Amino acid sequence: MKLRLALCCLAALCHSLVASAGPLEEQLTTYAAAAKIANPAFAGFSAARGEKLHTTRFALGKPDTPACTTCHGSDPRSSGNTLTGKRIEPVALSASPGRYADPAKVEKWFKRNCNEVLGRACSPLEKGDWLTFVSSR
Amino acid sequence: MTFPTRPLVLGLLAVGFSALIFSRAQAGGGHYYPPVTDPVVKEECGSCHLAFPASMLPAASWQRMMQELDNHFGDNASVDPALAKKITAYLVANAGDTGGQAYGSKLLRGVTPASAPQRITSLPKWVREHREVPDWEWRHKDVRSKANCTACHADAELGHYED
Repeated sequence: MKLRLALCCLAALCHSLVASAGPLEEQLTTYAAAAKIANPAFAGFSAARGEKLHTTRFALGKPDTPACTTCHGSDPRSSGNTLTGKRIEPVALSASPGRYADPAKVEKWFKRNCNEVLGRACSPLEKGDWLTFVSSR
Repeated sequence: MTFPTRPLVLGLLAVGFSALIFSRAQAGGGHYYPPVTDPVVKEECGSCHLAFPASMLPAASWQRMMQELDNHFGDNASVDPALAKKITAYLVANAGDTGGQAYGSKLLRGVTPASAPQRITSLPKWVREHREVPDWEWRHKDVRSKANCTACHADAELGHYED
């Protein structure tokens, strides 16, 4: 009886460990593989690089949106505002749990926002760094 | 026994008056526009700005807008073709000159649908209704854009644009 209970607990534990590799982790793995192909010296994503990307004033895309923080605000744990007055949920994962659970949605916004701020698509390295940054906050 | 003319006339007047009030209230005096109900349209059209009610523009406007999403008021807002088709179908079905006629007809007064206007804020009726809003109010930090309906119309998300 006791053995069965222990086995059940072990099974539950294993299951929760497997389940923790959610869509965000899988997406980061995909970006990591692409980053490695682009640069064989790639040694993992960096939250610090992600933060720099988030706060740098590039002014390479639309004049209205020189930086990510133009709309998202400077504090990742606070909500932002679009130029048309729509509230944007905080980017920090701790403040918006479940925000990055849909990889297609994440890709859609990278496509739109990188173009608006940088005037080009973001690289897998930049995407991975940024996601690592917001996950760490 | 005489025919009760007076009560009858008064009664009919009361009925007629309430019918008039009711019809005005139903049309919201032209101030009620049913909000977007389709979850896909709400998500795709409503993340950057209020998902504007389909009845605010004629069908031809929505068709043109959905074909020009790569330059959507200066933004590249393109979506994949299957999604675009779905969104277009909803907007066209509920446009101000199709399914949403009861709500949009006043706003679209003086508009030739074939001209496919793109900006709700340049419709003659819209301009007339907002002529008393001073410039500084448009530039206020909580307004900034004429597309920011909710800044002044607190119940815009629910479809009400009275005040």
